[in-house]
Amino acid sequence: MLVHSRKGRWAVWAVFLVLFVPLFALPLLVVLGASFATHWSGVLPSGLTTAHYRSATRGEALQALTTSLVTALTASLLALAAGAWAALAGAALNKRHRRILDALFVLPVAVPSVVVGLSVLVAFSKPPMLLNGTRWIVILAHTVLVTAFAHQSVSAAITRLDPAYEQVAASLGARPGYVLWRVRLPLLLPSLTAAAGLCIALSMGELSATMMLYPPDWTPLPVLIYAATDRGALFTGSAVAVVLMAATLFTLFAVSRIGAKASYR
Amino acid sequence: MGIRFDSVTVAYDGNVVLDSLDLTVEPGEVMALLGPSGSGKTTALRAVAGFVRPASGRVLLGDRDVTDLPPHRRGIGMVVQQYALFPHMRVHENVAFGLKARKTPKGEIRGRVAEALEMTGMAGYARRFPRELSGGQQQRVAIARALAIRPSVLLLDEPLSALDAQLRSGMLAELSRLHRELPGVSMLYVTHDQVEALTLADRIAVMDAARLQQCGTPRELYREPKSEFTASFVGGANLLPVTVVSGGVDFAGTELKADTRGAVAGARATLCVRPHLVGLGEGPNRIVGTVTEIQWRGATHRLYAEAGGHTLMADLRELKNPPALGDRVMLHFAPDDAVLLPAGVTHA
Repeated sequence: MLVHSRKGRWAVWAVFLVLFVPLFALPLLVVLGASFATHWSGVLPSGLTTAHYRSATRGEALQALTTSLVTALTASLLALAAGAWAALAGAALNKRHRRILDALFVLPVAVPSVVVGLSVLVAFSKPPMLLNGTRWIVILAHTVLVTAFAHQSVSAAITRLDPAYEQVAASLGARPGYVLWRVRLPLLLPSLTAAAGLCIALSMGELSATMMLYPPDWTPLPVLIYAATDRGALFTGSAVAVVLMAATLFTLFAVSRIGAKASYR
Repeated sequence: MGIRFDSVTVAYDGNVVLDSLDLTVEPGEVMALLGPSGSGKTTALRAVAGFVRPASGRVLLGDRDVTDLPPHRRGIGMVVQQYALFPHMRVHENVAFGLKARKTPKGEIRGRVAEALEMTGMAGYARRFPRELSGGQQQRVAIARALAIRPSVLLLDEPLSALDAQLRSGMLAELSRLHRELPGVSMLYVTHDQVEALTLADRIAVMDAARLQQCGTPRELYREPKSEFTASFVGGANLLPVTVVSGGVDFAGTELKADTRGAVAGARATLCVRPHLVGLGEGPNRIVGTVTEIQWRGATHRLYAEAGGHTLMADLRELKNPPALGDRVMLHFAPDDAVLLPAGVTHA
């Protein structure tokens, strides 16, 4: 333990609470409170109701939740496939080439996501690559945005992987494909699921690029929240936000369960 | 099946790490590659396994030139220092890995896995995961995994280095037994530990600075080292800078009898004497020195004495009245226990 004295430990806890509560917990609690309110003029919300949740879990909002989940899962799977593939291929490159590859994959994160949204919009608005107006342009933009994280966490895991595993496997007569499938990917699984969780969380909350791209029949949940608060329906928006939060946490939990089951350590 | 290195040179970025190695391992022989780190011994093993491609030269397994074959087509068993058991597979799955990868019929796999585990004394642990085993047990499983594919060549890369001393001697005996049970398997055993090499190997190839220094049976290397490096790395030795005179050598003004065949009078040379062949008191070849250090090692005393600007080591049977520091002592050795070597670094 870093801090040994009892007083010191209390002080550290106090600093933690002072920083954590107003910065992280309070805003979330406010959203939770607002989602049950009809008025909020005093210190606490008043006119408690569950009506916002009724509207936040059906019709348009339910549609948007499904849209968000499908977008996040599809984009994350695509990003994981592309990112992991690139990371595995990059591991065989020499240092300089690998650095170029890494830089290419970091690019979408380094560039503001509005710019990514705009560039995807411009690039895919004309035939033969006409995706504008379809759900695929949203999924594509999300994939571009989250691939960086998938690539980064998988390539970090690959550098930590002892080359002795694949070498022993090869000496035992396993072809490179067999080694990849039976040895390297299973050993990388914990970091693959961690990367999947990160990608899903990022995609579920993505707004700025999505705003520029989404077609009327493919409205993700963050867009709906933005629209609701924009027209002044703060309490409805809060309820939708809580649903988004819960859905994201549930999905992350499910993914981490898969990861824990597959993990061998 | 034997292994042959045919002037194999390996270089990384122009840096030569193995310099035209010529070495033949006979079928069924245990060859130890012995040397300090950076001597090129592991590189030689990796060239056989196929993990490094020689810049020039050929590697042959039996009559087959495998220089350009990928590792998975060489049919070699390999055991590495850190075991590298697949952590997500149970022991029996680890041992079956090579057989499955080679598409061995299912019915046969079960028997072969059981046989390999039996041979290494791990039959009772088939259902365990590697993390549930001790280091020594993990290394046994790694050996079983390599033996399951019935390789005719087994590569062992510092297999005992991660084990503590007591386990190591047990595993050494175990490896000797395995070698007796598998007389057809050639083993290439890379180690920096001379005890392992002397115990296990039929022949030892001593490596230093990317080159093969000397290759021979343990006894040959011990009795007739050809260089100062071999003499000091295998067994440890007193290396005395001497000048050849008629019928012997001159060490710092003391004349010593020695076999000087092949040496010219007046030439500089190095006289190699093993510490345990040096005795205390009167004898044929006498050197007087001052005791600088004395260590009790249970059955023996290791005595360090300064003579003619050099430190002599003597391993003596436990002394009742060991000399004190600063005492003048007389040391001796038999003329035929000393080997005359070409002059080396000690003259510098």
